[in-house]
Amino acid sequence: MLLREVEYARPSSVDDAVRLLASHEGARALAGGQTLVNVMKARAASPDVLVDLSRLEELRAITVSGDTLQLGAMATYTQIMASSEVDVSRPILAEVAAQIADVQVRNRGTIGGNVCSNDPTNHLPPLLVALGASMTIRGADGERSVTAEEFFLGVYLTAVGEGELLLSVSVPAAARAADGFASITIGRDGTCIASAAASISEGGTRIALGCVDAVPVLVTPKAADEAGIREAVAGAGLEPPSDVHASTDYRRHLAAVCAVRAVQQAAEKGR
Amino acid sequence: MSVEEPARSCSISVEVNGDVYDREVDARRLLVHFIRDDIDLTGTHIGCDTGNCGACTIHLDGVAVKSCMLLAVQADGAKIATVEGLAPIDGELSPLQQSFSAHHALQCGYCTPGMLMSASALLAQNPRPSEEEARTAIQGNICRCTGYVNIVEAIVSVGEGA
Repeated sequence: MLLREVEYARPSSVDDAVRLLASHEGARALAGGQTLVNVMKARAASPDVLVDLSRLEELRAITVSGDTLQLGAMATYTQIMASSEVDVSRPILAEVAAQIADVQVRNRGTIGGNVCSNDPTNHLPPLLVALGASMTIRGADGERSVTAEEFFLGVYLTAVGEGELLLSVSVPAAARAADGFASITIGRDGTCIASAAASISEGGTRIALGCVDAVPVLVTPKAADEAGIREAVAGAGLEPPSDVHASTDYRRHLAAVCAVRAVQQAAEKGR
Repeated sequence: MSVEEPARSCSISVEVNGDVYDREVDARRLLVHFIRDDIDLTGTHIGCDTGNCGACTIHLDGVAVKSCMLLAVQADGAKIATVEGLAPIDGELSPLQQSFSAHHALQCGYCTPGMLMSASALLAQNPRPSEEEARTAIQGNICRCTGYVNIVEAIVSVGEGA
């Protein structure tokens, strides 16, 4: 398909990337392009300038320091699946990355692209909210860090403002963490109709529901048994969108089902 | 190489099936159009043009990607393999292609270039894939003749022969 005309730059440093994003109106960061190129085809987005991040090797690193696992924004799903750092410090990230789309998309798609596009059906926003992740954002005034709960602001909208760049996502390292993720998808590994991520720790159980609102909905049940989880999800007052795949009522029902399954998975792993 | 300031068109250099191509391309040009229309390698197909069907699958620096979801400028400096590169000697099919033929793994043939490129990427990493691994490898490739059973058999049996 012929795209609308666009300008392209491929900076060799993060400083240059931020300068380009800040100095050109209508500039947008291009990560793996597995969402952005398609929305450009559909004319749902028409950036004037694409700032290709592919040469910024420092954004691809996956590292563990102390009790924090840090994933560079340009780390691909394939890289996350194969990473020994992820395997020893928060394996749920690799398990969920393996459920996203297909091999070709996983080879190009990045964690940064997934969270910055913040499509309500994406896998990683609810997972990162449940895990208590934080995001490091770079702008003209330097770096700042926001929690996952503060990061997701609305449909396709995040705390990364104009002229800013997401550098990395940090997750507390916990090799034997009791984490789970359950979803109902259109075909195996397809788009989520409903999803839930759960993480059980000494502080309690955190469940983040996807697909039911503009941003992941965090639920913290008092009791982590099935009745307690269903009560907590019911108490969230969900009014999920209705579409050809699920009505509002059915999606609300699926949200509770996914929440129960995610917590069960998490509990089994924590044993 | 970096492109420090935004431009509507860029010079790129890509190696495709061992041959180097230097071209000036519009920034908006999709890689699949560069491959099919600029350098005339029409074995790579366009099916859905939305990233779902996988008919445009190629190898970019050794990994399978969908060339309708990349800009040609993003491939600058890369090594690309397309379906034409699978059988370097004219008229002689690769073992994978022979297996597709022997197992009747194509009907209309439209999805075949993408299937072959996904399967060859798998076999390069994993020379003896299981049926499950073969199915995962072609999950991003749609065959509307629904010939998946024969395609999977063709891929798995190449591994057994290796």
